[in-house]
Amino acid sequence: MSGALYYRFEKTFRSRTGDFRLRAAGELTLGEVHGFTGGSGSGKTSVLRLLAGLERPDSGEIRCGSDCWYSSERGIFVPPWKRRAGLVFQDYALFPGRDVWGNVRYGARSDEDARTALGLVGLTALSRRRANELSGGQKQRVALARSIAAKPLILLLDEPLSALDEGLRDNLADDLAALLEAARLTTLIVSHRKSDLARMRCAVTSIEAASSLYDDPPSHGHPRLAVAPRAVELQRALIL
Amino acid sequence: MPELAPFRVSAQLALVTTLVLLVACLPLARWRLSVVRPWAGLLESFLMLTMVLPPTVVGFYFISLFSPGSPIGRAIERAFGLRLLFTFPGLALASCVVCFPFMYQTLKAAMLAIDPRLIESSYTLGKGRRETFFRVVIPHMVPGILSAVLLTFAHAMGEFGVALMVGGSVAGKTRTASIALYESVEAMRYSEARAYALAILAFSWLCMAALSLSGSRRALP
Repeated sequence: MSGALYYRFEKTFRSRTGDFRLRAAGELTLGEVHGFTGGSGSGKTSVLRLLAGLERPDSGEIRCGSDCWYSSERGIFVPPWKRRAGLVFQDYALFPGRDVWGNVRYGARSDEDARTALGLVGLTALSRRRANELSGGQKQRVALARSIAAKPLILLLDEPLSALDEGLRDNLADDLAALLEAARLTTLIVSHRKSDLARMRCAVTSIEAASSLYDDPPSHGHPRLAVAPRAVELQRALIL
Repeated sequence: MPELAPFRVSAQLALVTTLVLLVACLPLARWRLSVVRPWAGLLESFLMLTMVLPPTVVGFYFISLFSPGSPIGRAIERAFGLRLLFTFPGLALASCVVCFPFMYQTLKAAMLAIDPRLIESSYTLGKGRRETFFRVVIPHMVPGILSAVLLTFAHAMGEFGVALMVGGSVAGKTRTASIALYESVEAMRYSEARAYALAILAFSWLCMAALSLSGSRRALP
């Protein structure tokens, strides 16, 4: 079961070259696939890490479905292993010593969940292949299957296409869009290339827009972002 | 004639030291790598001291602390019926203290070399710290664990200064191979000394060769 996501947080990253303050807010409806874009060093990846619980915001709130993941007001911080936020890293971070099945089965609660996820990405035939013997595109699909097999509430993808060859990218963007549609998961995709996100036909928020939503939330309720019609359809399909 | 007993004592000592340190240092290194506070560094530097301290200094403090005449030595003897001076358990404890840096540093370096994203992936896949430690951290540092074990075992086999001061060279109990060699030389039994020395040299080289050959075969450009 997937969940809707609401977040609004602020964090200052300190480094020797100076402090960097990240502020972002936004909302994803149930089952929506949403793009998130911005220049390099703008804090896109940090937004994913904050949502996954790998970093702790200085203040704000994160809610997913009926769960509160973070609230500075109520003193709540749910650690990443209790959030069920599937994060797929840019370089995939597959467990090199395990084969494809071992990677996908790792976070799954049952063989059945792992088999379903592996079938979804179409790599059942490669399940005995070791992770470091895979091509870039295969690695990405294994990483996706590994996250999906753990039955996450939301899926967070960091630059899913940037590690791949230019020629492969368009095909894989189509494949990925179809796959995410089949997975029916609320998904946030970070990419510095707007063209990739456009190809995947998802609504896109820039980090500047997310940051202005933080500073100036709409007076009625939560900040709303543009929602693709397809996502609304999917949401209906999930509820019905 | 060289005896076998000192080699048996050395091997027992090295085995106990290596096992105890392996079990203790794995979680300790993991803990240290999650605490970035200065006081943790200070504690670590204290534990690392035996790498640079003369063995006589370690031996001296060990005797001062644990001799039956000292309050701590008396308390341990009363509580556990265990005397630490001139006994194998005492020798093993001292050996652990002296060999600690070899096990700890090697394990810590191997742990630090793990891609942090693997650990983070495990967390986001719903596995907590403990499960991630056993299923991701340890499996991804097996070569490092092997190096640490070899290095510690070889060093514990060869330890001399503290072993002599704390163990006291009790035949069959705390007289290690390196002490037996020292006593052979003292008594001018040179052919016996030669045999001890050659055996220790051969074994140590074997350990170091295994360490080198099991290491990375990557060449720098």
